[in-house]
Amino acid sequence: MLATDTDILKAAEDWRNSGREVALATVVETWGSAPRPVGSNLVIDAEGNFLGSVSGGCVEGAVVAEALDVIESGKPKMLEFGVADETAWQVGLSCGGTIRVFVEKVE
Amino acid sequence: MKLDILTRLNTERAARRAAIVITNVENGKQRFVKAADIGNDPLRSALAEHLRTGKSGMADSAEGRVFLTVYVPAPQLVITGAVHISQALAPIGNLLGYDVTIVDPRTAFASLERFPDVKVIAEWPDQALPRLNVDRYTAFVALTHDPKIDDPALTHALSRDCFYIGALGSRKTHARRVERLKAQGLSEADISRIHAPIGLDIGAVSPAEIAVAIMAQITERLHEAAEIEPGGTRAAAPTAVTAAS
Repeated sequence: MLATDTDILKAAEDWRNSGREVALATVVETWGSAPRPVGSNLVIDAEGNFLGSVSGGCVEGAVVAEALDVIESGKPKMLEFGVADETAWQVGLSCGGTIRVFVEKVE
Repeated sequence: MKLDILTRLNTERAARRAAIVITNVENGKQRFVKAADIGNDPLRSALAEHLRTGKSGMADSAEGRVFLTVYVPAPQLVITGAVHISQALAPIGNLLGYDVTIVDPRTAFASLERFPDVKVIAEWPDQALPRLNVDRYTAFVALTHDPKIDDPALTHALSRDCFYIGALGSRKTHARRVERLKAQGLSEADISRIHAPIGLDIGAVSPAEIAVAIMAQITERLHEAAEIEPGGTRAAAPTAVTAAS
């Protein structure tokens, strides 16, 4: 079954209540064509398990890595991912858009 | 996000009530506003506008630059008629995140065996539908082909502001339906809200293909409805484009 936004936020609550450390990532701005609309959520735990998406799978790996930092420091972060260029072989959006993602710890 | 905010948000979502989370992206401060409380909030005009379109987005305010995450209820799909097409339509609706309910007074049709994963109500539409909260987040379809079931169901749907209404039947069948509904006192404008023949014209033949055509039309309306002002004119295109890649 495909995870809906409701499931993702419910998972964030359930994971936190069961004692797991959790971060929530939200797409806050998009320019050009972007695969997921503003408001889309990704929930991540300290082991790197995640549910939901902020892109078509292009930058989730990088968001998960940053989320682990956010879980450790407790400080929110704003991430920006741009057009795929040479560095974008690792992270970037092949569709040519730019997205900004806010990552925060669930406390 | 504070766990307290997340818990309250999930409570509102479970009750099919809209809410907004306001995040100051400079300092990470957050607060939570229920749809019913936005009139008392300092950001009320921005909140009302975002709630109307159902879209999240950035806003500038006296509090600084904030991100408004808008949570509107999951769309609901109400199907009158526990027929063959409904057996395909219900799982497609589920997959797309709709809360699906099937209403059909014929108990032989409306059985849990035929519809394992959705809510099935084996009652007449005029009894069952008023309890279902057919609201603006609801798509409504009538598929029985039987006027004594479909007509009262459609009459109920037309009295609500659901974003989509569709009814199965050929042009000829629909013409007869229009006559019957007119005779009951419904206006031309009301009746024109019914999509019939139902579904996008993709040459669908099998029940499953017809279900795809119906769900495609509902999806089209869902996204059009978010962009249309209550007065009927299309809202200005958003500055940030969110089309698929």
